[in-house]
Amino acid sequence: MKLLVSPNPHIHSKWSTRSLMTDVVIALLPAAICSVVFYGWREALVLAVSVLSCVGFEWLITRGLMKQKSTICDMSAVVTGLLLGMNLPFTTPWWMVMTGALVAIGIAKMTFGGLGQNVFNPALVGRVFLLVSFPAVMTTWVGPVHFADAYTGSTPLSSVNEAILNGTPVTEITSQYSYGSMLLANLGGSAGEICALALLLGFVYLCVRKVIKPWITLSIFATVALTSLIFWGVDSARFTDPAFNLLSGGLILGACFMATDYVTSPMSTKGGIIFGIGIGFLTMMIRYFGSYPEGVSFAILIMNAFVPLLNRWFKQKKFGRA
Amino acid sequence: MRKPTFSIGGVHPHDSKISRECRVEPMPLPDSAYIAVAQHIGAPAKPLVAVGDKVKVGQPIAEPGGFVSAFIHASVSGTVKSIAPRADLAGNPVMTIEIAREGDEWMEGIDLSDTLVTEIPDDNKAILDKIRLGGIVGLGGATFPTHVKLSPPPGSKCERLIINGCECEPYLTSDFRCLLEKGEQVVIGAAILKQVLGGVPCTVAIEENKPEAIAHIGEVIARLRKQSPKYDGIEVMVMKMRYPQGGEKQLIDAVMHRQVGSGALPISVGAVVQNVGTALAVYDAVLKNKPLVDNTLTVTGECFPHQANLLVRVGTPLRTILEHLGGIPDEAVKVISGGPMMGKAVANLDAATLKGTSALLLLTEKQTARGEEGPCIRCGKCAEACPMGLEPFLLQKLSRIGDVEALEANAAQDCIECGCCLYSCPANIPLLDIIRLGKADAMKAIRERAAAAKAAAEAAK
Repeated sequence: MKLLVSPNPHIHSKWSTRSLMTDVVIALLPAAICSVVFYGWREALVLAVSVLSCVGFEWLITRGLMKQKSTICDMSAVVTGLLLGMNLPFTTPWWMVMTGALVAIGIAKMTFGGLGQNVFNPALVGRVFLLVSFPAVMTTWVGPVHFADAYTGSTPLSSVNEAILNGTPVTEITSQYSYGSMLLANLGGSAGEICALALLLGFVYLCVRKVIKPWITLSIFATVALTSLIFWGVDSARFTDPAFNLLSGGLILGACFMATDYVTSPMSTKGGIIFGIGIGFLTMMIRYFGSYPEGVSFAILIMNAFVPLLNRWFKQKKFGRA
Repeated sequence: MRKPTFSIGGVHPHDSKISRECRVEPMPLPDSAYIAVAQHIGAPAKPLVAVGDKVKVGQPIAEPGGFVSAFIHASVSGTVKSIAPRADLAGNPVMTIEIAREGDEWMEGIDLSDTLVTEIPDDNKAILDKIRLGGIVGLGGATFPTHVKLSPPPGSKCERLIINGCECEPYLTSDFRCLLEKGEQVVIGAAILKQVLGGVPCTVAIEENKPEAIAHIGEVIARLRKQSPKYDGIEVMVMKMRYPQGGEKQLIDAVMHRQVGSGALPISVGAVVQNVGTALAVYDAVLKNKPLVDNTLTVTGECFPHQANLLVRVGTPLRTILEHLGGIPDEAVKVISGGPMMGKAVANLDAATLKGTSALLLLTEKQTARGEEGPCIRCGKCAEACPMGLEPFLLQKLSRIGDVEALEANAAQDCIECGCCLYSCPANIPLLDIIRLGKADAMKAIRERAAAAKAAAEAAK
């Protein structure tokens, strides 16, 4: 009889790259479904084009250019595609979505060596590329179509940004929004921004399944809350309040799903908390003092660059070595 | 209250204790026993018999080959047929004494009755001698000679004895069965060890998935305490289920909240850890004059129709054991000596059991197959799982490029090879396989430096 001989351990956990990525997709589904319900078929089209082109580009690059085995089965391209799509307004034309996908997969991921090697979050690189290339399309938002009070115009954050630039009190803007509706939906904005509750549900799912640890996300939320509390406390006419900042824009999507990306976040809990503080603080600085209304994407990308350093500085405690 | 456990890392594999209801049964004696002279940590034992000698069960057939070494006894009676190298379970030649069995004749003075002896003699030196002469080694896996562990080096003091009944490896149930069926003997063995160590308090650590054993040992301790003050200070501690809780350093951390330093021995933090099986062997050696000639072995696996816990004579061929239980099923592709996390895959079924063999586990292709290796996604699950607080993803890279200095700086030598990193890795990177090589390099560098320093000191004299 032939015996199989290999070193220990002889059993393996249920985790695989594919199962973890699939869990992220499952966690994103509630928010994605909400956005399709709110925005209709055009949102579905944006998400579908984004996912399909991310997967397609990865397949083309691995098979066509690199002549290697395709890596699309690990589901990471699906996650990137879904995240990218959820970061775009539903009015984005299909070719623009494809361009974003090409930048995300082609430039941010594959040029660095594929999964695990990229320094910056691919979906965010794709999104920011589109934001700086096509600012008009990317910052015009149309309110949910299924509701009587659907509107065309700006998101809360861009209204606030305008108010700050014009010198009008931000309270005139923030008073238009109730936090309850911000939490549930109906704000205008990209799919990923529309339903905070659905996103948080996905986040809880990821934590319960032990796919991610909550520290990075909580650290971002705490820093955003604390920073805005201080500024708002000093001048509530100029600066928005903590609850508004936590619930508006892409903060929840960014903090729950983009900042927690394995590849581009620190390994240790300590490093993760510092990483989160950096993202929270930079986000608030950009929101308060920057010319862009929203700062989460930039903040995460900037902190992505610090990850190797954070990994070097913050290691977990070794056993028996005080 | 939260149950105690170790403070860093760890994983939760399914415990799969499917043989837990199987009572310990004696395995029929083998026709021949093949007793290796190197079956403990330390120097191999030196044979005391010659080919053609008649031996009885319990007769010493090899003596310690150094300070850290142990006696080895005939496990069957009969004639010494050969003393020659023989392939061990990995196929490596090990000097082995082969005894062709004739009947089952024991040495005189060995008490084979079931009568429970609860009187513990006061002479610690005599006890230690019996433990040494009985060839007792640690049966938790490391097979470190017990009498050496019980003689702390000058300047160090034992503050607590921990009896390791965690059995945190999935599938294994031999310690559990010992606790249930020989609870009295285990507790008396613990009391003997405790007395030798100077009457220190004793903790019997049992994981929460063995409630019957926890209840039984609690009752046994209460009963024995009424008989003699020698049983005072022995307590059961219910541990949270977590692998590798039975690892010596992890268990000390869990029970005493003290961390044994890198390269240091448990006694440096005042701890001595002994396995349940060892405590039982100590009882047998000290109070029944019975040296270590047999041990309990779990034979298990989902694909195996006859789960069993067997009392097996040391030196019984693995094939004989499996055939006694109906042979190897077709679906089984791997036979493991020990548990699925740290056990060794058997390459040679003709190899015989050793004192420290705790289980034979049969796994199917599906259960043991490793997934295809993918790129590291930097999820950090390996670092999260490492009970030594190391960074397996980093050590793996350093091992691949052979950076010994960086390996040492990142504590590769602290790796206990528990397998948690590879178990957790979603990308199926053979982390432990590769780190093991880097660890060996780092250990070699440390040893060479120590040797050079010693030589320099000698030269300076």
